Amino acid sequence: MKTKPTLVVIGNGMVGQYFLSQLAESSLKETYQIVTFCEEIRPAYDRVHLSQFFAGKTADDLSLVPEGFFEQNGIRIHLNDKVISVNRANKTVSSEKGITISYDKVVFATGSYAFVPPIIGNNRPSCLVYRTIEDLEQMVAAAKTGKIGTVVGGGLLGLEAAKAVKDLGLETHVVQFAPRLMEMQMDDAGGAMLRHKIENLGIRVHTSKNTREIVAGETCVNKICFVDGEELETDLILFSAGIRPRDELARNSGLAMGARGGIEINNQCKTSDPDIYAIGECALWNGMIYGLVAPGYAMARAVISDLAGEEAHFTGADMSTKLKLMGVDVASIGDAHAKSKGAIVYTYQNGAAEIYKRLVVSSDKKKLLGAVLVGDASGYGTLLQYYLNAIELPENPDSLILPHRSDESVGLGVDALPKSAQICSCFNVTKGDICEAIEAGCKTVDDLKLSTKAATGCGGCGALLKSVLNSELTKQGYEVNTDLCEHFVFTRQELFDLIRVEEIKTFTDLIEKHGKGLGCDVCKPTVGNMLASQWNEFILENAHVGLQDTNDTFLANMQKDGTYSVVPRITGGEINPDMLIALGQVGKKYNLYTKITGGQRVDLFGARVDELPHIWKALIDAGFESGHAYGKSLRTVKSCVGSTWCRFGVDDSVGLAIELENRYKGLRSPHKIKFAVSGCTRECAEAQSKDVGIIATENGWNLYVCGNGGMKPRHGDLFATGLDKETLIKYIDRFLSFYVRTAERLQRTSVWMENMEGGLDYLKSVVIDDKLALCDQLETQMQYVIDTYQCEWKTTIEDESKLKRFRHFINSDQHDENVIFVEERGQIRPANDIERKHFRLTEVA
Amino acid sequence: MNWLNVCSVSDLQNDSGICALVNGEQVAIFYVKNTVYAVSNFDPFGNANVLSRGVVGDLKGQIVVASPLYKQHFNLATGVCLEDENVILPVYASRIENDTVQIGVTL
Repeated sequence: MKTKPTLVVIGNGMVGQYFLSQLAESSLKETYQIVTFCEEIRPAYDRVHLSQFFAGKTADDLSLVPEGFFEQNGIRIHLNDKVISVNRANKTVSSEKGITISYDKVVFATGSYAFVPPIIGNNRPSCLVYRTIEDLEQMVAAAKTGKIGTVVGGGLLGLEAAKAVKDLGLETHVVQFAPRLMEMQMDDAGGAMLRHKIENLGIRVHTSKNTREIVAGETCVNKICFVDGEELETDLILFSAGIRPRDELARNSGLAMGARGGIEINNQCKTSDPDIYAIGECALWNGMIYGLVAPGYAMARAVISDLAGEEAHFTGADMSTKLKLMGVDVASIGDAHAKSKGAIVYTYQNGAAEIYKRLVVSSDKKKLLGAVLVGDASGYGTLLQYYLNAIELPENPDSLILPHRSDESVGLGVDALPKSAQICSCFNVTKGDICEAIEAGCKTVDDLKLSTKAATGCGGCGALLKSVLNSELTKQGYEVNTDLCEHFVFTRQELFDLIRVEEIKTFTDLIEKHGKGLGCDVCKPTVGNMLASQWNEFILENAHVGLQDTNDTFLANMQKDGTYSVVPRITGGEINPDMLIALGQVGKKYNLYTKITGGQRVDLFGARVDELPHIWKALIDAGFESGHAYGKSLRTVKSCVGSTWCRFGVDDSVGLAIELENRYKGLRSPHKIKFAVSGCTRECAEAQSKDVGIIATENGWNLYVCGNGGMKPRHGDLFATGLDKETLIKYIDRFLSFYVRTAERLQRTSVWMENMEGGLDYLKSVVIDDKLALCDQLETQMQYVIDTYQCEWKTTIEDESKLKRFRHFINSDQHDENVIFVEERGQIRPANDIERKHFRLTEVA
Repeated sequence: MNWLNVCSVSDLQNDSGICALVNGEQVAIFYVKNTVYAVSNFDPFGNANVLSRGVVGDLKGQIVVASPLYKQHFNLATGVCLEDENVILPVYASRIENDTVQIGVTL
């Protein structure tokens, strides 16, 4: 019996893993026995986002390998084992640990290494590179004892590394040999603007600096001596001066190499040996090493096609990039330096807003050749499509970079894109692919992400994806209706603006002026909620009581049998024994089922509507107040015990949690809001799964936003780091106010942000940079809500007229006989159908 | 038909509901645009006596209440469920006489 041919993939980096994942999805998985070697101790991880390791992401978070991937696809992986020779005569590969395997095909995906310039002293202590998770761990160790860190290299990777150094809390320097930062992608003016912005972040930039040697420092571990005689004391030194292909194995195997390294490949990504391919940063195509991940992925796809007998070509890749460096948007497309013959250049520079844009167009002004964007890269998607698809430019190309100050629309309509236009470059998804998926039934961006993988890599194409979706749905005759309901032809946000601007205080007023009919169970609670967010009047006032949803109407949570559960507020989850006893006594007196909630408080179940005021009277007398578990409002601020008790705690998480919970309690919002505060990065409070999560660090509070547990878990995004309490609270005030104003009804913060054009960056620009000049308003509104807080239960039990509603029958003191409890594990629970029948029979008998 | 006095108009809440015990049956009474409507208080989907606590409004011209449990809508005049027309709530005759709310019962 002939066994399957063997395919060996050498290297399990980003490109190697992408190749395997594509193999696993093709029929080739059955054709070949697949073996891969990975010299690192862990399989592939996301090197592009390595700096997030310092922003709290773990090695697991960065992993690119789904759990069980190798097992499920029958791929054998040798971790922590490096291939040391490829014997092409015998067709075998051998590893460091002594494994020898016969191969039929080999794919080199050995990647690259960080280039360390040949400077005297480059091997001194704390001189490191920035490439692997192990490098990062060494950086962390070196940073513990040092104060100053310097990155040698001011290119893309160097600036990314500088962010990592800054995140470690070190005074950060960038030393660049070239006269400007990112010399490959930036022109002089763009580089200067970038430098200015980076320096504003507290990073010292030294350009045109030639390092002579590194010696022992006087105040620091090291000292960098420059050729011009200047010196720089620094502890940590990170070399990020470019990459070099990892080609020694291929070289020793006798494969054809480029003069300056790199494994030579043809358009099928084959090396000089027809059974051996090379992909990614180790491969040299047409004299080029591609130091980006997308071309590596394209090469991987070419090899898959070739193995499958399909015609495939790798014919170079676009090197356009967009990235965010320490909060600064930077993008570069095509011929940024205007080297093309006859090229015409347009520039726009805004010194106040620190924005620089440059367009390079063909001599006939019809085609875009290149672009540079600093400070505002929002036009990248559109410009890239003009460039890649050679779409004819508008009559005045500069309209593409000039700010829009009227209603004129200069964006490129997605309809202008050909089907072949690549929308997602990470996963090579074209507009045609997306249209097909929409025809096959995808109706939302989430559907499309699942079905095509578009926008699930770097996410940069998210807005474009949504435009394609909307445009296609409209073409298919779907009306993208955003009306709240049949009574209001407005979105929630539009209604909120009307309420705010026209100072509308009641539903009746609003529907008379801007709606029609009586309202319904969609618009009434939504409007009731907005009125509460804006004016914060008591929700059971006569004008408002009919608007409230089930739970708000009786300030408790209705359960399946029509009884209610009661949740008093326990701020930060901190409760003293007396209060705990009081809670127990109330539970006992009214025979309530008691359960600890996920939000660190106690839920008391099985209260009849007529019992609610009595229960709350007892609770309020004991010092409790409403927990707003019934409202679309702030629920809890969960906390770990923090530095007060914990050996590892960095700051007082409980204290902050209590302060925040007291600040925002009662705030009505589009949906419920959950917070958590952790006292250190062990994250025991699980803050990253909350709408607002806060983690204490040595440098201050780190703020995460828009996380979610529940149905669609989502890790919160790091929003700002190293904050003092005052700034933290300011940001949260603004964030919440903005959410309250602009989210759709019942939209949690996670979905709100995911649907926001511009996403996290936009949100930051609004909340941190005050791009909309709205922050004063947002803070004032929050302060108003805080100042007008009342415990809704206290107000209710003090008002006889409000208590009238809290009875089951208007004309009788009897109870609802349909409410039947049985006992389980020593507590009550609602009877099930069989038990009910039995109960009725015995009653009748 | 006999008209039983249930409560006074001042016991009603505009655009909202209350529950009354009428001849041993739970009746949900709603007060919308100066008109009273009465249907069974029993939610046949959630199997609980809760309909009087639902939000009142109109959908496509019909005056409805939304179940507070699973949000099905019932026409207050006919008892028909908008989501499933095979489900129909018992409807009671109702009126206001001299500021008193009355429910009609057949003996």
